[in-house]
Order: sequence, then C-alpha cells, then structure tokens
Amino acid sequence: MNGHQNGRGLALVPRAEGKQTLKDFKSDQEVRWCPGCGDYAILAAVQSFMPELGIKRENTVFVSGIGCSSRFPYYMNTYGFHSIHGRAPAIATGLAASRPDLSVWVITGDGDALSIGGNHLIHALRRNVNLNILLFNNRIYGLTKGQYSPTSEIGKITKSTPMGSLDRPFNPISLAIGAEAGFVARTLDSDRKHLQSVLREAAAHQGTSLVEIYQNCNIFNDGAFEMMKDPATRDAITVRLEHGQPIVFADQAVRLAPTGGVEVVPRASLREDEILVHDAHHPDPSLAFALSRLDEPAFAHVPIGIFRSVDRPSYDELMSDQLAAATAQKGRGSLADLLHGGDTWRIS
Amino acid sequence: MTKQVQQLDRVIIRFAGDSGDGMQLTGDRFTAETAEFGNDLSTLPNFPAEIRAPAGTLPGVSSFQLHFADHDILTPGDAPNVLVAMNPAALKANLSDLPRGADIIANSDEFTKRNLAKVGYAESPLEDESLSEWRVHSVPLTSLTVKALEEFQISKKDAERAKNMFALGLLSWLYHRPVDATIKFIESKFAKKPDIARSNVAAFNAGWNYGETTEAFSVSYEIKPAKLAPGIYRNISGNQALAYGLIAASVQSGLPLFLGSYPITPASDILHELSKHKRFGIRTFQAEDEIAGVGAALGAAFGGALGVTTTSGPGVALKAETVGLAVTTELPLIVVDVQRAGPSTGMPTKTEQTDLLMALYGRNGESPIPVVAPSTPSDCFDIAVEAARIALKYRTPVILLSDGYLANGSEPWKLPEVDDLPDISVDFTTEVNSDDGTFLPFKRDTETLARPWAIPGTPGLEHRIGGIEKADGTGNISYDPNNHDLMVRLRQAKIDGIDVPDLEVDDPSGSARVLVLGWGSTYGPIAAAIRRVRRSGGQVAQAHLRHLSPFPKNIGEVLKSYDKVLLPEINLGQLALLLRAKFLVDIISYNRVRGLPFKAEELAGVIQDVIDSE
Repeated sequence: MNGHQNGRGLALVPRAEGKQTLKDFKSDQEVRWCPGCGDYAILAAVQSFMPELGIKRENTVFVSGIGCSSRFPYYMNTYGFHSIHGRAPAIATGLAASRPDLSVWVITGDGDALSIGGNHLIHALRRNVNLNILLFNNRIYGLTKGQYSPTSEIGKITKSTPMGSLDRPFNPISLAIGAEAGFVARTLDSDRKHLQSVLREAAAHQGTSLVEIYQNCNIFNDGAFEMMKDPATRDAITVRLEHGQPIVFADQAVRLAPTGGVEVVPRASLREDEILVHDAHHPDPSLAFALSRLDEPAFAHVPIGIFRSVDRPSYDELMSDQLAAATAQKGRGSLADLLHGGDTWRIS
Repeated sequence: MTKQVQQLDRVIIRFAGDSGDGMQLTGDRFTAETAEFGNDLSTLPNFPAEIRAPAGTLPGVSSFQLHFADHDILTPGDAPNVLVAMNPAALKANLSDLPRGADIIANSDEFTKRNLAKVGYAESPLEDESLSEWRVHSVPLTSLTVKALEEFQISKKDAERAKNMFALGLLSWLYHRPVDATIKFIESKFAKKPDIARSNVAAFNAGWNYGETTEAFSVSYEIKPAKLAPGIYRNISGNQALAYGLIAASVQSGLPLFLGSYPITPASDILHELSKHKRFGIRTFQAEDEIAGVGAALGAAFGGALGVTTTSGPGVALKAETVGLAVTTELPLIVVDVQRAGPSTGMPTKTEQTDLLMALYGRNGESPIPVVAPSTPSDCFDIAVEAARIALKYRTPVILLSDGYLANGSEPWKLPEVDDLPDISVDFTTEVNSDDGTFLPFKRDTETLARPWAIPGTPGLEHRIGGIEKADGTGNISYDPNNHDLMVRLRQAKIDGIDVPDLEVDDPSGSARVLVLGWGSTYGPIAAAIRRVRRSGGQVAQAHLRHLSPFPKNIGEVLKSYDKVLLPEINLGQLALLLRAKFLVDIISYNRVRGLPFKAEELAGVIQDVIDSE
C-alpha cells in the first residue's frame, strides 16, 4: 500500500551532521539501578548503538512508564519523558503521531506494559504508530520490591503470593502477535551483539516494533534466564531465528507439527527440506505465533530474534496522508470561512 | 380564505415524539428557519440515553424545545406555549410542563388502543374531557402524510417516516417561517435517495398547505425579527462553538491541534466536529480509552502541539492521573469536561454542574489547575480560546467545564472578526538559559512563573521530564524536602498569578443590596430571572464567574459589598463551599439537581424571597 518500502522507520528523521559517539548519548545523571542489574547492560548497549543510526540526537525521544526500567530516559542524553504507570505507549502515540520527524522509543517492563498498561500496549501494536517499544522482562516486580508479575511462572513464591501465584503468565511474544503487531522480536540483556542487531531492525521498521528483552533482576528474581546464559545449557534451549534460514540449533531442528503448530525434533531425523525455514515477513502470523509457543513447557526451547516483521502503513503516515488529502481537495482551512460557513444572516 | 394573523412577542414550542420520530431534526430545522427569519432564540434538546427505547413508551420520548422572540432572550423558556405530541407517550411525558391554555398539536393517528395502553391511558385523552383546559388540535399527521405521498414510489414505512416533515411544514405555516432553506436542506440530506428527498419535500409542503387551506387552524402567528446588535449571525450549539474555539486557538497560537479523545455523551460531538477539519492541520485520535486520550494529547503537547482531550465527568475521573502528570511536568493541555448528571454513569444526556470540585481538587498531591466555564452556548467559543491562552502562556493543564445544557442547546451567535481574536502565539525555547551553557527546563519566567517549553528537535536543549519531583531549575530528580516544599509552592503561585479579568457586576440601579452570583450554564436562567425581578421593581445585582481557578482578584471585594449573596447551582453547593471557605461570606445557596436547567420563574421567586427577607 502507498508504495512505502520496509526499512523506512527513520526516513523522516533528520540525519546527524557529524559523527556521534556513545558519549553523546550519556546524560550527566548518575545511574541508580542496583549493582548487577541487567538494566546496565541494556543501557550500555543502547547508548553505544544509537550513534550508528546516524539521526539527530535532538530528534530522539525516550518515553517510559513506571518501574525500574522506566528510569532509563534519565540516563539518555536525548529528549525524555518519564511518565506514569502503564501509559507510556499512549503518550508516545500522541508524540509520534504528531511528530513524524522523531525517533520515539518506549521503555517499559513486564508489569508496566502487560499489567497496568496492557490496554495501551495491545492498541499501540494494532494501531501501528511509528514507535519502538523495548519491553524489559524480568518476570518480577522490582521497584515495589518483589511481587509476582504477569510474566511470572505459575506457583511463583513472592511476598504477595506466599503459597505460590495462581495465574497463568502472558507470553509477551504471543500476546504481541495476537494483537496484530507488525514487528515482534526477543533478545537478551547479556547478548549485546544480538540485542543491537534486533534494535537495528526495530529502528528501521516503520510502525510499532515490540522488542522483548529478557533482563535479569538480581535482587528479586536472580537467574530467571540463567539457562539461556549458562554455557552448559544455553545452546540446547536457545533457538536463534533468522529470516530465510532453516530453524536449527544444537543438534535439534524445528518442523511443522501435525497439530498445526511447530515442534522440535532431532535434526538428524529430518531431511533438509523438512526443516522449517523462518519467514519473518509472511503476512500470515500463524507460524510466528507457533514459534512463540516453543517455550512451552516453560523454557523448553526459547526462540530469540525477529519473529515477525511485516510491512504495512503506519498510523502516523496514514494520518498525515489524510491531512494532506483534505488540504489538497479544498485547500488549507481558513478560520473566517469556517465561522461563516453555516446558515448566516445579517442584522444591520 | 383569509385567516387571522395574530402578533406575538415570543413563543415556546416543544416538539416531542418517539426517539425514532426525528424530533431533534425537526427542531433543528425549525430553529434554522427561525434564525434565518431573524428572531432571537434559544433551544433545549432533551433526549433519552437509549438510542431506541421501545417504541411508544415513556422512556423513549425525545423532545426539542425552542424559544423565539422579537427581543433578546436568555433561555429556552420555562414552559411551552405549544406542544407537538407525535404519540400518547409524548403527550403524557410533557403534559405536566404545559401551562393551562397552551396549544397541543397531537398526532391522532398514533392514539391507538395499543399505544394508549403502553403509557397507561384507559381512554384516549383526545376524546375524553381530560384535556379540556388546553387547546387541543387533533391532526392525523401520519395518515395525512401517507395520503400526500401516494404518488411516490416509496414504501409505506418511508412515507410514514416523513410525518415529522409534515409537522414541520404545518408549524412553519403557523408561525410564518421561511421555508426555502428547509427544502434545500431536505434535498441535500437525501441527495443520494431522490425519491426520499422528493417525498419529504412533498410532506413538508403538504403540512404547510394543510395549515393554509383547512379550517383546522384559524389563526396563524407573527413574531417580528428581534433587534439584535448589528453583525453577521449564525445559530450555534455549545459543542460546535467549543470545537470552533479550539480551531481558532490552533490558528491564533500557530500550533497544530492534537485531540486525543474517547467517545462519551455529551462530549462526542466535539470529536466529530474536529474530525471534519483536517485541512486546518488538526489531528484527531480516537483512543482506546479515556486515559490514552489524555495521554496522547499530553505526548503531543510535549512535542509542541496544542494538546486537547474532550470528555465528560466519568472520563475526567479516569484522566486524573495524567492531568496530574501535566501539572508536574508543566506542559500546556486543555481538558474539556462537558458535565453530565452523576455520580458514576448517572444520567448521560442530562445536565449538571457537579464536577467543579473534581476539576479543582480531584487529583493526588497539591495539584492546582486553572478552571474556566462558559456561560452560554456561543461563549463556548470564547472560553476555548481563553483556555488555550492560559494553558500556553502558563504551561499548565486547564480544565474547561461546559455541560450538557450548553453542549446541545443553541442560540444565535454574532460572528467575531478573526482579526479581533487574541494573539496567543508561543515562542518555543531554542537557546540555553543559564550562564554555564546548560539548559534548565525548570527555570521560570520571572513574571508568569512559566517554565521554558523546548520541544524535541531543538538541538542542545535535550532534557528529561517526568512525574517524579524535580529540582528547581535543573528538573533533575530530587527528593530534597525543602526543594519539594518550594516546588509545591511555586506550582501553586503560578496558578494563583494567572491574569484573569475582574468580575463585573451588573446593577443598573446602583443600589442593590442582593447579589446573585452564578457560574457556567446558569447564566441564562439567572439573567432572565433577574429581568423579571427588576421589571416588578426589585433591585438586584448580577455577577457571573467564567474563571473558577484562579478567581478574579476582585471577587472577595464584590462578595463583601452586598448584604446578601445568592448562588444558584445545579449541584449541592460546590462553589458556595469554596467561597464560604475562602472569603468567609455567608453565601445563600439555591440548589436543584434534576438534570435540567433552572427555570427563570423559579429563580425569580427565589431571588424575590431573598430580597424580601432583607
């Protein structure tokens, strides 16, 4: 539609004149996360990645909600808005829809995005405003000191659930795909190279991109993703998705299952053409959704990378198009004409 | 046959029917004809929240009242002189408002056994003696309409639906209204269905001819045009005026308008209206909920837009946290609350003034906000520009309290000259504002105490704002006790220092000892009541507040210069509570919370009682 091509997420953002460095993106504020928090690694990865985009720093905005991760904007030397719990996607929507010349990033957590802000998240995803949403998932409430979150596993023992949590968690990737998201990816705080490669694609994507970042909370939920980091286990459970490539890892491979989903089987048991080839650009989200279910039962196999990246016009583009079309049809509005536009009469 | 023509100085007509009978449209068209003719007028639509309550029942009755006169008038009128009742339910629901001797034009076709039974009439009131104190004109509107449309290739149902146009034609004849614009209106409304257009025009003409040629009506009436101030006029409702005011604010400020809104009665028409005007660069965003509506508006304001959200009371409750964020980040934002009857869902289509204390205090923390309220439907235009002026100049959210009565009511509006509208343009900050070359987002203007507004895209002024308390000047996170105390006081001082025009008092005698104070939509009924009292020799002063926060600087002085201050409100005394607390004045409250505006006669009695008790 509209002849837009993929990869135009920054097309309307002015380019930086000189070369930028990591230092340009560090604010003068002291970083105040707990020592050892996964947020440090993500902050460092983002700060060192931003210069690569080559856009004007002043046209970059970080918007956050409430939670540990939401302090993030204070540490970026860009424009920033630390807002209120769950509402960052709504605030960022107004900003991005009215300012197509900005690169707008939402920083949120599992409680912020999926609990109190769940409604804004799903509508942002379906609406497809040009935003990048980085969802730091540590599967726990950190700032309020350790209650279970909407991504905590069933049976989680926390201060508010001393006998174990009862409710089933969200899978943020499944949720995003179900909410009609055009770009959905997952990465890991400790894997800077992978994290930055995903951010690169997210920034280039026109429309809302959702990046789930597994992030370790070493105080309240330490080691939540250790199996993906421990050299002894990581290769056997981490499924690296790459568009156009067969989905293989360790000695395993993914194939279509007779149930309609996908399943992991020994690689040796398959012919090459039986191995599922990842197609992130497929308009039908069914396979991307099926891949998001590979971690059932919990952490059996965890895909990372870009699940889905499809091109469709973004809300802000379409909104601008309507304004332009209305103006092209009848010309720029005149206040005097508007006021005199109804049935009028003169009294002399 | 020459019929008698009688001169009247004013008439109040109420059109009433089933909510599917098209009474609002009929009323709107009669209003347009009346406006074109040059009478002064005021309207009061009154409709159920249900889109289509069961046909023929009392809850399904929808009405439209129009007061028009050869002089300037202030209200839609207390009691109708004429009731057009399209069915028994419409008669029954409205009869108690009808003074003895008033005219009833009833659609006799609908007074069937079944319809009568639905509303508990054992016998048709058109046929027994129960309406003997009124002048009843029993007209078979439906069958006359169907008969008049026999030659058209339309269904019987479509023919019957045109009965409201027959009624409009009859009333247009009865009051000598100009008809050409209505015919043009019908033709354009049904442009895509020419048969329906032609048949509705035919029904309208048939109604007119019925009055002219039959003996059912022996007298018709003339109401001469009113002598209003010279100028160009149009008829306008409060919601439309408010939307136009917001557009004017966008033009006069040079900022693009961004509306984030969620549909809610009775505010949705502002969203609808603004959505039509994209060529003014207006972006309207129908959000997923009330919170997202205001959130998006605030996000747009951060980016340099004129951010607006429109809602009613329940929506304001939901938006409270975001409005608090706007207070502490000191960004301009306009929150329009078209008040309706509460609490909770209340009565969505009925009017009330019960959100004042919520607007002023309904947030956590010390969270001062300017509040303004329009007095009349056309004042909604000026108040929207004023709300924008305050928001932009002082970098603050502003709550604009309209209500259902103003929103849907209409009156002639003398169009302003665009050149006379205030210049409310804004200078965004583009340079650093400290000696050491850093940008201080909370370094205030010494006069207004407003902070600089530096929008994304401005090089060198990158900064972070948020809901956490900010250090004075730098805006960095601060938990310092003294800084918090300072910031709380600075935010309050900024609002207290807003330039608000003095409260004007109207007292032609110069010797009144009783002041009637009002705010918001009670202006018309209070002013009309005061006219009555003065006509009968009473001395009384009137003052009306458009600014509820901050108050005009002279308000305390005004209140204390009268022996008695009477304050009618459509709540249980919210403004009275504030004035008593702030100025230690023993306000006399008069409160009714019926979902309807005050009646002038009722208020005149209350005022007279206060005068007499002197």
